[in-house]
Amino acid sequence: MSELLKFVEEDYKDARSKFPAFKAGDTVNVHVKITEGTKERIQQFQGTVIQRKNVNTNGETFTVRKVSNGIGVERIIPIISPSLEKIEVLREGKVRRARLFYLRGRQGKSAKIKEKIRLKK
Amino acid sequence: MTSIFSADGRNVACTLIEAGPCVVTQVKNVETDGYNAVQLAYGERKEKNTPKPLIGHFKKAGTTPKQKVVEFRDFRVEFEGQVDMGKTVISDQIFVEGDFVDAIGTSKGKGFQGVVKRHGFGGVGGATHGQHNRQRHPGSIGACSWPSRVFKGMRMAGRTGGNRVKVLNLRVLKIYPEKNLLLVSGSIPGAKNSFVILEK
Repeated sequence: MSELLKFVEEDYKDARSKFPAFKAGDTVNVHVKITEGTKERIQQFQGTVIQRKNVNTNGETFTVRKVSNGIGVERIIPIISPSLEKIEVLREGKVRRARLFYLRGRQGKSAKIKEKIRLKK
Repeated sequence: MTSIFSADGRNVACTLIEAGPCVVTQVKNVETDGYNAVQLAYGERKEKNTPKPLIGHFKKAGTTPKQKVVEFRDFRVEFEGQVDMGKTVISDQIFVEGDFVDAIGTSKGKGFQGVVKRHGFGGVGGATHGQHNRQRHPGSIGACSWPSRVFKGMRMAGRTGGNRVKVLNLRVLKIYPEKNLLLVSGSIPGAKNSFVILEK
């Protein structure tokens, strides 16, 4: 990226870095603001992160996938979006790829992701 | 290009433009030149790479040699009196956030292209009914015994891109006066780091 673009995107650094670190394979709970008419409320979306795109730029997005009533639902969320309230990392996953599109064709046990065990210091 | 969120929560694609500092190198008026215009110069260049007549021209304005020289004709009355020879024009003196500007640039060259890309033809339609080698062809280019020729201006394949293109009504979203940067909505013609003319 050019130096000047970096200078402009520096302003949005706080918006990008205010969330905890998470990776593809992690299970997260995302709080998203939703406006219904004049009312505003917070909707939660819990699922597995299957990719993070354009990291460290203003265009960064991540995709969360969950299976709701047997139907796969994916949500793409821009990380600098003002409607993104909070990201909770519930579980770290042990995966060997950055993009987990193979989950789309799978269900049941084969769609499971092992948990990453962190040793305490 | 980058993207920012507007106040109403929309994700807006935007382009960053370095607008200045430009130097006024000539002011034309009705008495001497027959019309009103102001000439601006932008970008540094080495003296050894500058033609002698241009060096003299820049010396008259009291500046170093510049890369691009553009004339703005019949500029708005509100800028009258603000332009003097050798004065530096900075972006935030002219542009305000929320303004609409037009950008003129040279579009990216695409080389020799067929009619589908160049003129937006639909191609032949399908791949069946005996069509096997003409999916992106232009089809008929005219009748037969009359007029016995192809009309002038018939749209055909050829060099595409590299034209002067003007994009209208780009909104100035943000101004960074310390670096002379403008953030405008949407895309502008040309490759990265190419030159554009901004009109208000």
